[in-house]
Amino acid sequence: MRYLTDRKRAQGLGAGREGTHHHWQAMVSSILLVFLVPAFVITFAMGLDSDYQEVIAFYSQPLPALITGISLVVIVLHLMNEANVAVEDYVHGAAEKLTLIAVKAFSYTLIAVGLFALAKIAL
Amino acid sequence: MVEFALPKNSRITTGKTWPKPEGAKNVRKFQIYRWNPDDGKNPSVDTYFIDMDNCGPMILDALIKIKNEIDPTLTFRRSCREGICGSCAMNIGGINTLACIYGIDEVKGGTVKIYPLPHMPVVKDLIPDLTHFYAQHASIMPWLETKTNRPAKEWKQSIEDRKKLDGLYECVMCASCSTSCPSYWWNGDRYLGPAALLHAYRWIIDSRDEATGERLDELEDPFKLYRCHTIMNCAKTCPKGLNPAGAIAHIKKMMVDRAV
Repeated sequence: MRYLTDRKRAQGLGAGREGTHHHWQAMVSSILLVFLVPAFVITFAMGLDSDYQEVIAFYSQPLPALITGISLVVIVLHLMNEANVAVEDYVHGAAEKLTLIAVKAFSYTLIAVGLFALAKIAL
Repeated sequence: MVEFALPKNSRITTGKTWPKPEGAKNVRKFQIYRWNPDDGKNPSVDTYFIDMDNCGPMILDALIKIKNEIDPTLTFRRSCREGICGSCAMNIGGINTLACIYGIDEVKGGTVKIYPLPHMPVVKDLIPDLTHFYAQHASIMPWLETKTNRPAKEWKQSIEDRKKLDGLYECVMCASCSTSCPSYWWNGDRYLGPAALLHAYRWIIDSRDEATGERLDELEDPFKLYRCHTIMNCAKTCPKGLNPAGAIAHIKKMMVDRAV
């Protein structure tokens, strides 16, 4: 129980002076995904029904490898941003901070593992 | 923190069923949320039957009839009875709206279910506690803020600039929009909600106001502004037909314009 005025309770700690960058980043990655997702699906589909050597040869070409690499990075970063928003929505306090760290660690690990796997195939 | 169930002392029980009016042929059933802070009991839903041949057409008419003729303990806010004061906002048939301008025949199904505005503390029966909601409105400085010396006559405004306020100034602060917003349910302590943000934009876009930068500064926050996920419940439910989500989108666009 704290004796706070209604106005002080509403003001809280004031404005964090951030959020616009995150909002802009989400808009940019959304627009990029409009082009990247179809490109990724098309290149991935082109590799279906091929044997192992053909797939390796296909992803050794610059265009499929680059589309896959860029898609992986943008998709996971977009996912991380949106997952952060969901965590901020529904989890509060210390659990929120820990979950945000876990989401970030998971996302960067996913990007690193994906790029490493792609590099092994493509190079 | 998100809650998936009501606290034990908020779980709704079956309340009293009042007798049907004698001799009435056109009867409609009303189920109304009741809670009295003084009796220590859980909330309940009371059932009333109203003779529609002897009742006005609006939900508020039915509530007043119940209070006058059946159960004088039923408590609700009302004042202007024409959609101007915003007092009688409540959840009717699952929709947040004003009881005075919502027709009984607009409620689908046989039973008219009436609850207080969702996810707000209840003062009694259909009266929500809007203290925090009003304080949030006050926090966005809902007045004209100027730095230039006051002109000899009025602060002038062109017809085009005045038109920008249409769809904003009509808000009556009934809280229907904010209490329909899931983001406001989960984070209402920090998220300003659609109503306060619509009012904030009303002053940001006002050509006479000279505190645009400060107003945007105060809104730039992951919770105050950016908890809006464009769910659009606010625009769907607004009894005045306004679009708070549109106003919030304009604020976000201004934020980007000045930062990127």
